[in-house]
Amino acid sequence: MKNLFKLFSIIILIITSNSNSFAAEKVEYLKTDWSFKGLFGKFDRASLQRGYQVYTEVCASCHSMKYLSYRNLAEPGGPEFSEAQAKAIAASFEVTDGPNSDGEMFTRPGKLSDKFVMPYENVKAAQAANGGAYPPDMSVLVKARGGGVDYIYSLLQGYEEAPSNVSLDDGVYYNKYMYGNKIRMAAPLSDGLVEYGDGTNATVEQMSKDVTTFLMWSAEPHLESRHQMGFKAIVYLIILTVLVYFSMKRIWSRVESEV
Amino acid sequence: MSDHDYRPKSKVGQWFNDRLPLLTLANHLTDYPTPKNLNYWWTFGGILTFCLITQIVTGLTLAMHYIAHADMAFESVEHIMRDVNYGWLIRYIHANGASMFFLAVYIHIFRSLFYGSYKAPREIIWIIGIIIYLLMMAAAFMGYVLPWGQMSFWGATVITNLFSAIPLVGEGIVTWLWGGYSVDNPTLTRFFTLHYLIPFLILGLVVLHIWALHVPGNNNPVGIDIKKPSKDTVPFHPYIVIKDGFALLMFMIVFAFFVFYAPNILGHADNYIEANPMVTPAHIVPEWYLLPFYAILRSVPDKLLGVVAMLSAILILAVLPWLDTSKIRSAVFRPLYKQFYWILVADVLILGYVGAMPAEGLYLLIARVATAYYFLHFLVILPVLGFKEKTLPVPLSITEPVLGGSPNLAAARNKESKIE
Repeated sequence: MKNLFKLFSIIILIITSNSNSFAAEKVEYLKTDWSFKGLFGKFDRASLQRGYQVYTEVCASCHSMKYLSYRNLAEPGGPEFSEAQAKAIAASFEVTDGPNSDGEMFTRPGKLSDKFVMPYENVKAAQAANGGAYPPDMSVLVKARGGGVDYIYSLLQGYEEAPSNVSLDDGVYYNKYMYGNKIRMAAPLSDGLVEYGDGTNATVEQMSKDVTTFLMWSAEPHLESRHQMGFKAIVYLIILTVLVYFSMKRIWSRVESEV
Repeated sequence: MSDHDYRPKSKVGQWFNDRLPLLTLANHLTDYPTPKNLNYWWTFGGILTFCLITQIVTGLTLAMHYIAHADMAFESVEHIMRDVNYGWLIRYIHANGASMFFLAVYIHIFRSLFYGSYKAPREIIWIIGIIIYLLMMAAAFMGYVLPWGQMSFWGATVITNLFSAIPLVGEGIVTWLWGGYSVDNPTLTRFFTLHYLIPFLILGLVVLHIWALHVPGNNNPVGIDIKKPSKDTVPFHPYIVIKDGFALLMFMIVFAFFVFYAPNILGHADNYIEANPMVTPAHIVPEWYLLPFYAILRSVPDKLLGVVAMLSAILILAVLPWLDTSKIRSAVFRPLYKQFYWILVADVLILGYVGAMPAEGLYLLIARVATAYYFLHFLVILPVLGFKEKTLPVPLSITEPVLGGSPNLAAARNKESKIE
């Protein structure tokens, strides 16, 4: 029994250290206390709402979020805007629809069922507008980067003057946390760039945290129910295991053998 | 076996059983005499059956929502994760289930190596097991391609390209596998078809695996042949059923931890980037369970020989019953083999580790040494050890725990050798 546990933990250790090994080679990421980590981790609603504001006022001018719909903003476990608020948000976007009965495409205000409107028509248009670099879609961005939320959070605050031995082309910036340290996105945040409705001071650090929280939710919209269900499932399994253990002991007491 | 005499009690049961002896089968499965000293390493057979069924059930559900098309596969996976009811749960069970399946199969295989379960008369069980393992790897590889992320695409490109190492026809075979001149939509649709098919082939082979097991019966930690049924055995139900159930529940706790709290830790971040034939990821790495073989592949400088080495590393297991010349099954009574066994375990873990690292410098050197040792173990150490090793005295039965201390041991030995 003991050996079994030992082997399990060794294997799990090896597996997990393997998958993290690439991230470990790079610089230490900035840390902050994420409310959504841990057994009971939940999103901070206010932070998600502020994060949406940062996304929509800053990021959305270049980065799409094509797998999200406006209805998601009002769904439980997310920013939980009221339905009226989400409807208003959707209606503030122009959506291309059609063709109508005349065969023409037309624009109309967005509805809850619409996907987030994309900043560019297509990848080529996005590249053309950004010096050849494609601003990645942000729907699952935190899951698509080795360091996850810590990486995104650090990257947003990682802009520095390039060291003298690094030469940068036009439109390329130096970032401490970027792979290869060169990034085509100019520092997107500066203190006071957005004005939070709830009066929170919009420092770069605060905005980074809020928008990263929002991105975590957009990548894992069911994170809260996953954590809740996981806790119940594991508690249930542990209780059942204990009961089965005692039944097993009872049954095996009929034969002279150890279990 | 006693179950041939089985007759159902009810008239209807008898009528049915005379025409299709399913009740006889059920009786055989419940009464099946099992060595009573099986330890927890023996519970992984049942755990693996659970894994297979879990993969099939979740896989069927996913297939109802997944779209096997290069332009829509990635999006349909996101649709499953976001909009399908509990789609995230089903997908995370399926994705982590593959890892848990391999974790269990490696424990199962290494248990067999430790206790010599592959030796006569269980060679066929072992060989069927190796075929199942090969099919599992094929299924897992193709399954990893389906989300159509960057690692899916480039993993598929690297692995299918291995066939181009075959002289003369290699390039042609690769084009044929791809259904075109690169990994693309035709590749995805055929991988989906095969990924759907293979689990059912595995299921069939599992039936054969268990059937072949039920002919000689289970090996056991002492590794001796036992009389069945006897004082050394217990009926499968309820003794083994409850013990397997207990171990399965413990396994499910670990499984649940991954599904609910670390669902992406075993995967690669790049697979959340949609496949892009124009951008190659910095490191192309397979899933963790294929890493030891990936390390062997990369440790050989020649492409063809690398592929040959990788395939031989797996196929060599199929002839293991004849490479291991020792008559004693269990490593408990083989002091030298026991040490080499643990060195092999370490060797495979090291191969797995360097498989995840870039193939250069020290990593490459370690990979080469570990690859050489892997083959040395099977081709030299095992055959020689059978002749050279001084084994410990083996007890005559499970209930006789004394190793050579019993006064009637020598007498019983003599009797046994006469029977032989």
